[in-house]
Amino acid sequence: MMPTSYEDGHISVSGAGGGSMPGKKPENTAFKQQRLPAWQPVLTAGTVLPAFFIIGLIFIPIGIGLYVTSMNIKEFQIDYTGVDMSSPCYNCSQNFSWNSSRPCACSLPFYLDQPYDSNVFMYYGLSNFYQNHRRYVKSRDDSQLNGNQESLKDPSKECEPYAWSSSKPIAPCGAIANSMFNDTLELFYNDPNGSKVQIPLTATGIAWWTDKHVKFRNPGGNENLPAAFQGTTKPVNWHWPVYELDSDPENNGFINEDFIVWMRTAALPTFRKLYRIIQRKNNMVPTLPRGNYTLEVVYNYPVRSFDGRKRVILSTISWMGGKNPFLGIAYITVGSVCFLLGVVLLIIHHKYGSRNNIAT
Amino acid sequence: MLSRPSLLLCEKKKEERKVKANDREYNEKFQYASNCIMTSKYNMLTFLPVNLFEQFQEVANTYFLFLLILQLIPQISSLSWFTTIVPLALVLSITAVKDATDDYFRHRSDNQVNNHQSQVLIRGSLQKERWMNVRVGDIIKLENNQSVVADLLLLSSSEPHGLCYIETAELDGETNVKVRQSVSVPAELGDPNNLATFNGEVVCEPPNNKLDRFCGTLYWRDKKYPLTNQNMLLRGCVLRNTEACYGLVIFAGPDTKLMQNSGRTKFKRTSIDRLMNTLVLWIFGFLVCMGVILAVGNAVWEKEVGSLFQSYLPWDPPVDNFLFSAFLSFWSYVIILNTVVPISLYVSVEVIRLGHSYFINWDRQMFCSQCNTAAEARTTTLNEELGQVEYVFSDKTGTLTQNIMSFNKCSINGQAYGKGTSREKNTLDFTPFNPLANPDFCFYDEKLLESVKVGDWHSHEYFRLLSLCHTVMSEEKSEGELVYKAQSPDEGALVKAARNFGFVFRSRTPGTITTTELGRTVTYSLLAILDFNNIRKRMSVIVRNPAGRIRLYCKGADTVLLERLHPCNQELMTITSDHLNEYAADGLRTLALAYRDVSEEEWEVWSESHRSADKAVDCREDRLAAAYDKIEQDMMLLGATAIEDKLQEGVSETIALLSLANIKVWVLTGDKQETAVNIGYSCKMLTDDMMEVFTISGRTVQSVRQELGSASFPGNGFREGQEGDGVAGDDQLQGSPCPLPPTYLMDNISGEFGLIINGHSLAHALEADMEVEFVSTACACKAVICCRVTPLQKAQVVELIKKHKKAVTLAIGDGANDVSMIKSAHIGVGISGQEGIQAVLASDYSFAQFRFLQRLLLVHGRWSYLRMCRFLCYFFYKNFAFTMVHFWFGFFCGFSAQTVYDQFFITLYNIVYTSLPVLAMGIFDQDVPDHRSLECPKLYEPGQLNLLFNKKEFFICIAQGIYTSVVLFFMPYAVLSNATQSTGVPLADYQTFAATTATALVIVVSVQIALDTGFWTVINHVFVWGSLGLYFTIMLALHSQTLFRIFPKQFHFVGCAQSTLLQPVVWLTIALATAICIVPVLAFRFLKLDLKPQLSDTVRTHLRKPAESRLGARGGSRSGYAFAHQEGFGELITSGKNMRLSSLGLASFASRHSSSWIETLRRKNTPPKEPCSSFL
Repeated sequence: MMPTSYEDGHISVSGAGGGSMPGKKPENTAFKQQRLPAWQPVLTAGTVLPAFFIIGLIFIPIGIGLYVTSMNIKEFQIDYTGVDMSSPCYNCSQNFSWNSSRPCACSLPFYLDQPYDSNVFMYYGLSNFYQNHRRYVKSRDDSQLNGNQESLKDPSKECEPYAWSSSKPIAPCGAIANSMFNDTLELFYNDPNGSKVQIPLTATGIAWWTDKHVKFRNPGGNENLPAAFQGTTKPVNWHWPVYELDSDPENNGFINEDFIVWMRTAALPTFRKLYRIIQRKNNMVPTLPRGNYTLEVVYNYPVRSFDGRKRVILSTISWMGGKNPFLGIAYITVGSVCFLLGVVLLIIHHKYGSRNNIAT
Repeated sequence: MLSRPSLLLCEKKKEERKVKANDREYNEKFQYASNCIMTSKYNMLTFLPVNLFEQFQEVANTYFLFLLILQLIPQISSLSWFTTIVPLALVLSITAVKDATDDYFRHRSDNQVNNHQSQVLIRGSLQKERWMNVRVGDIIKLENNQSVVADLLLLSSSEPHGLCYIETAELDGETNVKVRQSVSVPAELGDPNNLATFNGEVVCEPPNNKLDRFCGTLYWRDKKYPLTNQNMLLRGCVLRNTEACYGLVIFAGPDTKLMQNSGRTKFKRTSIDRLMNTLVLWIFGFLVCMGVILAVGNAVWEKEVGSLFQSYLPWDPPVDNFLFSAFLSFWSYVIILNTVVPISLYVSVEVIRLGHSYFINWDRQMFCSQCNTAAEARTTTLNEELGQVEYVFSDKTGTLTQNIMSFNKCSINGQAYGKGTSREKNTLDFTPFNPLANPDFCFYDEKLLESVKVGDWHSHEYFRLLSLCHTVMSEEKSEGELVYKAQSPDEGALVKAARNFGFVFRSRTPGTITTTELGRTVTYSLLAILDFNNIRKRMSVIVRNPAGRIRLYCKGADTVLLERLHPCNQELMTITSDHLNEYAADGLRTLALAYRDVSEEEWEVWSESHRSADKAVDCREDRLAAAYDKIEQDMMLLGATAIEDKLQEGVSETIALLSLANIKVWVLTGDKQETAVNIGYSCKMLTDDMMEVFTISGRTVQSVRQELGSASFPGNGFREGQEGDGVAGDDQLQGSPCPLPPTYLMDNISGEFGLIINGHSLAHALEADMEVEFVSTACACKAVICCRVTPLQKAQVVELIKKHKKAVTLAIGDGANDVSMIKSAHIGVGISGQEGIQAVLASDYSFAQFRFLQRLLLVHGRWSYLRMCRFLCYFFYKNFAFTMVHFWFGFFCGFSAQTVYDQFFITLYNIVYTSLPVLAMGIFDQDVPDHRSLECPKLYEPGQLNLLFNKKEFFICIAQGIYTSVVLFFMPYAVLSNATQSTGVPLADYQTFAATTATALVIVVSVQIALDTGFWTVINHVFVWGSLGLYFTIMLALHSQTLFRIFPKQFHFVGCAQSTLLQPVVWLTIALATAICIVPVLAFRFLKLDLKPQLSDTVRTHLRKPAESRLGARGGSRSGYAFAHQEGFGELITSGKNMRLSSLGLASFASRHSSSWIETLRRKNTPPKEPCSSFL
């Protein structure tokens, strides 16, 4: 890289002297003489084999613990895309397009075969939806979302082609905001006595604290949002402007949690996002008792065009989050492999290695 | 390096240069360069543009600039501009700072030089003038011990005959004093007043770099005076023994011969460098392949999925079809995958090499206290090649030998004196006999002193000759305190010998020589010096003694001198020849001495012919030689001298050690065959055990071919193989590297043979049709000595080996004649602190003693190689692990060139998070301590065989890196895709995924460097733990609210660090990924170490457990597989009796593989503190 600078390092022609100057005797420091005290680890059987066994012995119990925890988590998924003719949402999925103003509703019955005890988390899941596409990911204006007035009126170029609509700035701008998930999902418990009880869903507490309180802010505070968004227009796919997302002023505009959740883009094309929380009411009754339920869907969000899928997931949660059997299995596998490897290496070492290395 | 617009102008305009003395207006017309020299490249204003321009001539820098431009295109830009510009700026500024520092020092030294004061004759008076203000045509006054300002034409001198003496050490490296003579006629211009009116005009050749040539004419008062180099004082010389002199400036500043000679030296690259460049090219190819694969993927995706997805994500305006999108995607991926060739690679390599160079400079064990010189790494780019040397080409004089000559034996009139340097005998004490004797002088035969004392005529004449026939200068500071300055150490030794035997050379003037002969001062008038040159190989003086008798004294090489003797010397000649042969066999340097009486008439005639020859304009040299030849006839033999050429300390041990390390040492010397062979024996290169020592000294092509052919090795099957090689022709030798590792061949056939080749035979052997045969024969020999070789041939031999053996060569020498060899070898080493500095200036490394070579190669070189290899392996690994994650992610993000990591992480990964630990390893790592690598020279072999970093190792690193990237992507993928926080919020959002992968990556590569580091100094600890700490600190800072509030667009990862790092699942994922990445490596390394340990591993393991020697004694069945290389070496080292290999047969055990030499040692009951056995 830097040959030019070394090329002429050879001859110093300027003036008397030059060449090999008689030098001072170099200092006798441990650093200069390369004698710094040092720890010199060697991979001997005495250190490596125990390491394998220890890794094995640590990983296997962790794996078992994780697996058991994961198994105790209850999870229920239902696909409501309506691909099948038999699906209740088939009609909605066939008819619907973004421009349609008439909402299409469908309801899916399902049965939970065990009661869900603690808080239940309700997710919507999308498949084949590329929230991680580069052009999609960058199509937002964090400055605008943070309540910056200039960005509100003049969205970033990154938002193109969703920055301006009929010569008004779009708020919130960009492809992410524009494609916000807008199905409405409601859950009803079909009481054995025949009545249909709506299950109360909590719409707050579903976003990151920093997103809600730092990253997303409404321009000019949370009061009088219509005025604050004066001069902007709604994203083209939206039915309502951003300040009509919710009636609660603490959950409206840019700080609407559904919006925030959507704006936190997923890493993979199949993802789930937290939609609602079903709070546990008291300790006596399960949050969701065993029985029949109906999922009422207002079908607004078209995914059929790109072969997408929509799901609803109900899940309980443990200390390690939702159901995740992979982690436990992976730990058990890696632990076992380490242990086995330890045994194999020990055998190899005893059979072949010892004559080379008595020092173990 | 130099800006010489004026020179170019001048060369274009005319072929000759006209200079008129004392006429600035006239000279200004020609726009000659002023005497201001400028070695600096930049000034304040030009620094930035010029330096940047230079830096962007580097391919790597331009490449990154190109990437930067790509990144500015919004449709392509997959990374923010700062991910490239920050590292690029860092690299550029590091280089710029270095360049600026260098240039600052150049400026400073330029200023210092330019502001020296000199005395210039202006309008009749001497004025002080700065060097830079001296102009061509000025007349300058120089005083004793002053440096010459510019290239001057000597006009007058304070010394008689217009002579003046100069030392040219800075110019050609020779420290002896040379004589210059002023132009013959203006000698009357003695005083400044006359000079002030001097208006001669010089017409001469344009500036050139030939130090020994000058031709021009002085026109003055309608007369022409020829000018030669003899009249010139060149810049850089120092005036000696001369009170003052005046000179006319002919060439100034950049036109001077000194500056014309300071051209750029050839830039050397190491084989690792070349390999690295190849690999970088491959990686570029790989990068393009990846880009193409991903672009194809993009095309497919955009066609199949993206076009349908348009309702959510329309194509960017210029993109209207999937093919165009794929095209853009290719460039986007080139940008994000470019980190496989990180810009910091080259800088890091330079930093590591610089560190190694400093360690060489700081090494006290390579410091010579006698000459107060430390080793110096003059080139900082070659260090790791020191660990791969296979051939060492050594000069003899001054390198193997001390270049200290001692008058050891002599033969006077058929009588041999001197008993060598046995230690039992007392040296002769001259002081009672001769108060002027030099106490350092040692001689061991009192008979000679007796014969001088009794007044033996021959002895007297013998020493008289030695005191008269030489070119030594004397300096007598106080009475009796004589200092001789000799052109060659031989001559000094002879004059010193004469001095001790009572014939003291006291002083000389151009016309006289004053001696003290046995206490009586005698002044001879010196009539002529018939100087020495390489063709004549003799020198003579013609003197007239106070009695008026004229006598010629001649000394010279026996071959030439014995031919010129008077026939009556036949008998004496036979005896003396016997003595000479005896001396030569002892490795002494011999000269024959003779005299001749010259009659007055004969002198008159001869001096006339001499004078006319001297004045001749053309063929002066030849005519002078003919004139000399005429008088050097019919001489009477006096005797012969024998001078011992003392070996340097530790030479034979070093050579033995190097050959145990499988390094071939070739001696290339200008000396004659006998001397060279003898040095070969005395430094144990040649041994009596050798099966045969071939001598090739034929003068014709046929005879050389025949001799080479006869040097076949009957009965050991070597020849057949070699013949095949030779027939298979050049393409095999040149195209593919040797099919066998060189040692394989050597082990089978080497050890038993030596080869000595003469210069004139070498000339034939080096011709195209014979060189293959020569190389194969020579390389099959254990020792090769080339004698009587010219500097050019030295270089040719080096080139030959470079070409045919593909081996790393090292040339070591001390004199100007070694410069070509030093420059053409991969590594040039100069011996400093002795005969001048020319070799040192051309060298890459310099130190004071040959024996330091073992430490330079076996310790520093070995370490450097090891460190560089480990560094490169790790560096490629960590960047592949880092970058390939993007590739896998491409399959899940629609091939959109979305990065996995945060942009800041990409920016900082290579320059902050992972740079320091690997630098620390690259600078400080040691596998075995220095003394072990000297005790077990076999440890050097991996470097020669290129085992630690080659294409295979590279692919292993790459494979490991790719494996790591797979784990690092798919583990988080598998775990996080369905995982949620304990608050129920999914973990599979992009930012959490990015933070998890990045953290896992940093931890995995840190664990890997911890595994790779074998020598954990404090600095390693600080860097490894510090880098990890820094990663988390910077991550928390970048994800903090404060930064987000200021730049919401750039720092949109706000809160990600806290939210991610508090999740147990994330840590479980990281631990899992780390285990999966590291466990196979650990298992693999352990198996390798356990089943096939390298020698260094074994040494290291044993080193660690010195207490277990008892166990070792019990396990008698332990074969010490790794040690099974050379039996008997320990004895060699430990015996301490001067490496007496002849009985052991270094050669024979080199090829033996019987059992562990360590065991052999143990059987021989060597004390436990013996090196190399102590760790058993």
